[in-house]
Amino acid sequence: MTTPEIPPAIAANPRLGAWLTVGDGLAEIHVGKVELGQGILTALAQVAADALGLPMSSIRMVAAQTGRGPDQGVTAGSLSILQTAPALRHVGGVVRALTGGPAAGDYLEQVAALDPTTDLTRLIPAPLGAPHYVGRSEPRLDLPDKVLGRPRFISDLRPAGLLHGRVLRPPSPGAVLLDAPRQLDGVRVVRDGSFLGLVGAREAEVDSALEVLRERSIWKEHATLPDENDLVRWLQAQETEHLPVVDGPPSARISASYSKPYLAHASIAPSAGLARWDDDILHVWSHSQGIGPLRLAIAQALGLKPGRVVVEHVENAGCYGHNGADDAAFDAVLLARAVPRSPVLTRWSRADELSWGPLSPASTGTVRADVEDGRITGWTYDVVSCGHVSRPGYRGSPGLLAAAHLAVPHPLPPAAEPPLATGGGITRNARPIYEVGRLRVAGHRVVETPLRTSSMRSLGAYFNVFAIESFMDELALVTGQDPIEFRLAHISDPRARAVIEKAAAASGWGSEPPEQRGRGIGFARYKNKGAYCAVVAEVEAESEIIVRRLTVAADVGLVVSPDGTANQLEGGAVQSVSWTTKERVRFNRHRISSATWETYPILRFGEVPEVSVHLVESGAPSVGAGEAAQGPTAAALANAVAAATGVRVRDLPLTREAVVAAIDAT
Amino acid sequence: MIRLNVNGHVVDVEAENDTTLLTVLRDEVGLVGTRFGCGEGLCGACVVLVDGTPMFSCQTPIWQAAAASEITTIEGISAAGEPHPVQQALLDGQAAQCGFCISGIVMRAVALTSEHPRPTREQVTEALQPHLCRCGSHQRIVDALTRMA
Repeated sequence: MTTPEIPPAIAANPRLGAWLTVGDGLAEIHVGKVELGQGILTALAQVAADALGLPMSSIRMVAAQTGRGPDQGVTAGSLSILQTAPALRHVGGVVRALTGGPAAGDYLEQVAALDPTTDLTRLIPAPLGAPHYVGRSEPRLDLPDKVLGRPRFISDLRPAGLLHGRVLRPPSPGAVLLDAPRQLDGVRVVRDGSFLGLVGAREAEVDSALEVLRERSIWKEHATLPDENDLVRWLQAQETEHLPVVDGPPSARISASYSKPYLAHASIAPSAGLARWDDDILHVWSHSQGIGPLRLAIAQALGLKPGRVVVEHVENAGCYGHNGADDAAFDAVLLARAVPRSPVLTRWSRADELSWGPLSPASTGTVRADVEDGRITGWTYDVVSCGHVSRPGYRGSPGLLAAAHLAVPHPLPPAAEPPLATGGGITRNARPIYEVGRLRVAGHRVVETPLRTSSMRSLGAYFNVFAIESFMDELALVTGQDPIEFRLAHISDPRARAVIEKAAAASGWGSEPPEQRGRGIGFARYKNKGAYCAVVAEVEAESEIIVRRLTVAADVGLVVSPDGTANQLEGGAVQSVSWTTKERVRFNRHRISSATWETYPILRFGEVPEVSVHLVESGAPSVGAGEAAQGPTAAALANAVAAATGVRVRDLPLTREAVVAAIDAT
Repeated sequence: MIRLNVNGHVVDVEAENDTTLLTVLRDEVGLVGTRFGCGEGLCGACVVLVDGTPMFSCQTPIWQAAAASEITTIEGISAAGEPHPVQQALLDGQAAQCGFCISGIVMRAVALTSEHPRPTREQVTEALQPHLCRCGSHQRIVDALTRMA
């Protein structure tokens, strides 16, 4: 008998009861992945329904909680389907093998009677039948609550005896608290080192008291930030860690350098957390991407046994990476410690969200290539950036904002580089997917992070694909070739070619664009092993840069929900339009100054292009779609601006001012 | 004590005059469907109808709300649990990702469609200019609202 391959998530969480329980006549599916607004729980419910042979109406997806469901680490990197679908299929197969299966009249009772300690790794799953739900666009399970305005988000929680908390963050990253009032009317002041906060029964009073506290607190600030107008030089002057990707002989003939600024997550909801200290257990509710790592980080920061901390996931607005969620949870923990047995809901301000959440780092990269007879014969790429990962616990320290401000602090660790095997960070997609002859690729991680940086949707892939794909167009121009023909001449992978050709055909590539418009393409395979995505952008560049159309083509392997996949690709592309054409975190030597929607503007309804999404079927295994469009969209926009204006913008964002500066530089 | 008419019900609340309508709705009246996004009138997540006019509830002091004859929140537009046509259109179009911005957008669209029952793309886009969405659901939202019968 051959032993079937055990999915890694099952090997790590082998008990049946970790994945499946029965309650209220429903199969309750527990997964360690969390809903971030991406629709993952609906897609996984589809997989579970097929795996168990049940209708969707008999499935209930249970929010992740430490110590209850499977521990699946963080929900990140477009890996949720890849890591979870095989596990749910295994669970379903085992359950059908152990019971009479869905044909039995009392199937759910039989499932309920199964021993929750059943070891899933020791049983052979029954084969999976033909899919019923997988491949169909099932309506999102969470949308009715949201569209009907029901309580759903973390700041909607109203447990009995709820208190409201606020934190007065320092005015700048290097600031130290010298003096603050010890008491204020109607609220409780909580202070520990430079951590300063308030707890009170009524939110309006807490908000008013916060302003009094702000006025009456005295801080010493330090100039710890680089010059925002000289970031490329600053990056290049720093001590770096060498991150080799491919060692080979260097190329030199043609070169260009690109850069991107710091970007903010800029979620529509500010981060929030809820915590309650009971006698034995600290309960925490958080919209964290990783409840397990958050539990360990809280325990470490406070010297608690991890078993005393329970973290449960509750949704908040869209999450695009490591934002302030974990920090807000820890804020709530610190404030709730002052009022045992009372739940404390702590919500950040908009300014905190835009200035204290981890940022996507500024980066610069230089490509050098040799070209002979219209073909690339050598390629060298060096990318310099602060790191992309400082998630809780990632560097062995809690990595929680408030923990760095305590009297006995746990300083925030510099952001690190994840291993290339798991996709890398600075080096994500640094290696070109094209056949370019002699190849040399390296990342250079700036070891200090004066502005806190961490993971944001696609990490370094956004910038690297922008740089690589901009340069591909520059080479096509130099050698007098059509940008799409030039790409196809350097890639033989049939899935890549199919996606590029689909985007070209669907966008009308080759036909004359309307007056004053230009078209540009960007293409990548996310992490060089995930989804293929090509984007054609059509941009109008007269007095302003107006993005008119995006044509997105992608191959994400087996599609669980076509509509969900299209939604993720479209949303990713539109968000990338915002990053690429509008966004830049502003700061002086002390403080971040882009702390409102006026100083950190994002794309508005009137600026959103027409987007069409085309899925290319390949029958390959499922990979995530949520991060595939970020880089290709940025490059497509830059290439379209170059096509429309004849001017190459190499430093993001692609604003009117950047085009004027590029004209002046030529 | 301040008296408000919210969704057809008279409610008396204890609040300072300069407390915002948003805070009163969420914390005193217990209607949390109206969301806090920025507190500065710059994102649209908190829009409610004050005598039929879309207002940023985070910028509306309670004394001003008390002077209105009716405040309508997202909880007040779906009769007997049946979604309002605007909500049904958004659900039919699966027109949201995280859905945090959608309460304010729904209320703006309710006001728009009471004036223009079948709004054009341009009218919808123009009406939604004060609203921010970070997930990139804009086109789906506009499509859904434009398709309304």
